[in-house]
Amino acid sequence: MSPGDLSAILLTLKLAGATSVILVLIGTPLAWWLSHTRSRLRWIIEPAVALPLVLPPTVLGFYLLILLGPAGAIGGAWVQLTGETLAFSFSGLLIASVIYSLPFAVQPLQTAFQSVGTRHMEAAATLGASPLDAFMTVASPIAIRGYITAAVLTFAHTVGEFGVVLMVGGNIPEKTRVISIAIFEHVETLSYTEAHRLSIGLLIFSFLVLMAVTILHRRAPVRAG
Amino acid sequence: MLIMRGTIRFPEFTANVDVSAPLSGIVGLFGPSGHGKTTLLRLASGLERGTDCYVEHDGEIWQDDRNGIFVQPHKRRIGFVFQDSRLFPHLSAGGNLDYAAKRANPGRADPTRGQIVDMLDLAPLLHRRVEELSGGEAQRVAIGRALVSRPRLLLMDEPLSSLDIRRKMEILPYIERVREEMDIPVLYVTHSLDELSRLADHVLLIRNGGVAAEGSVPEVMQRMDLGPMLGRFEAGVILEGPVLAQDADFSMTDLAIGKQVLRMPNIDAEPGTMVRIRVRARDVSIAVEEPVGLSIRNALRARISDIVLEDGAFAEILLDLDGFGLRARVTRESVALLKLEAGMNVYALIKSSAIDRRLIPGGGKRRI
Repeated sequence: MSPGDLSAILLTLKLAGATSVILVLIGTPLAWWLSHTRSRLRWIIEPAVALPLVLPPTVLGFYLLILLGPAGAIGGAWVQLTGETLAFSFSGLLIASVIYSLPFAVQPLQTAFQSVGTRHMEAAATLGASPLDAFMTVASPIAIRGYITAAVLTFAHTVGEFGVVLMVGGNIPEKTRVISIAIFEHVETLSYTEAHRLSIGLLIFSFLVLMAVTILHRRAPVRAG
Repeated sequence: MLIMRGTIRFPEFTANVDVSAPLSGIVGLFGPSGHGKTTLLRLASGLERGTDCYVEHDGEIWQDDRNGIFVQPHKRRIGFVFQDSRLFPHLSAGGNLDYAAKRANPGRADPTRGQIVDMLDLAPLLHRRVEELSGGEAQRVAIGRALVSRPRLLLMDEPLSSLDIRRKMEILPYIERVREEMDIPVLYVTHSLDELSRLADHVLLIRNGGVAAEGSVPEVMQRMDLGPMLGRFEAGVILEGPVLAQDADFSMTDLAIGKQVLRMPNIDAEPGTMVRIRVRARDVSIAVEEPVGLSIRNALRARISDIVLEDGAFAEILLDLDGFGLRARVTRESVALLKLEAGMNVYALIKSSAIDRRLIPGGGKRRI
């Protein structure tokens, strides 16, 4: 394997890992809110979260590029703060990945929290547990399957993204060239052997992830109830 | 006192709540389903907010919407036993107790986890996973968990209603022990006369979110005007008296009711033990003269205090039996033919086999 491919793999793992961690952190309060609120705001927030599922990655990538570019609202502020541009950088890629994979973290968590319901939270409150205490010690352990599913799906989905990465990150070795971009380039340059090597790796990885999620859902103890 | 006032909206109706409950022993909140009994407990615990509500516990204001006061449920130091046990499925039975012990009321030193485990015989269950517990065992652990948190007030919401009769019978003695051994006031919601007659020291009859009647169990059960509420089938009274003697030959037990003797199929209790029995109105007949040659052995002298003629074929007769109320359900035709009227002295015929043995409290708990 060429050093270029190896760095693409490492970069992909780094991006997917960071995206998963950030999304579980952001997705948890968002999913909790969505699963318990009666606010009408949810009729806007919920489809907005799901938007990346249906939007062409190029559309999302296009707007993110504008937003993150030096002239954009976020990108401009970033330049002023750090002196670097967000677009075509790892940080920009990370922001784009977080937005693009949001539904893959929020939806499993939301489903899990919904099945936890309020029953056990109420019981915890009557035992003297504050809402945060009850969330950490009762709702989260019961919803553990939702957390695992969210992390795994986010990771896998980030590994597999292409369009948004290309739009926002471009193809800069060791900075933004992830596996899917590397494959694209190998094909462009007719290096089919290298393309095969990376592609089959991704194929097997994706299959194993989905198999793990399936087994997890069948095997893990059903705790809600 | 626990005082609750305010408005609660139900899907079908809106109820104005105005309830004051004494805080000693077991106070039964009794009434048919759908009349807001559970909601009252949830209001007391803060799990339900209601509209413009006021909740005061033992002089401490828990909720006063007009002055923007609301004490969060977890700061109220209450115990809540839900209809479904709501044990935490990710913890063992013992882990559930630990969860409560860790957050227990620091203002009290007891009961300790160990005391509760002993009292409710939880030791063999502690290592088990929640899903391995039977319904009755789960409910026992749930009662223990609530007590381990050392509450100032224990709220029990139909804790036995999801169990079959046998499991109920297994748990009732434990709830009785809670009453005997713990100095914790209990609000106990139920629609079962069995549980009420066996457990409650004081009853609030709940109708549309308000108190329709209150008093001791026998007092409330005698109230004629509440008949339609209690339901035709359930209409009846609770009689309370000491065991006089046991007849081993025929397996019969003599109870003193007022100055008279009621002979019952064997009640397992020492002479002198106070027992409560429930006599349903439909199991009481009336004779104007002392009957002879009847299989019914109990013919007690009583005076008619009131007669309520219903629209259909039946009438309800309230009798005074040496100061105890007794209800009889007879046809209007019988009332007319026997010329029954208030003030008449009659014989109340009580079919002893009709008395539900489940209603008889376990012996030895209520001595005179």
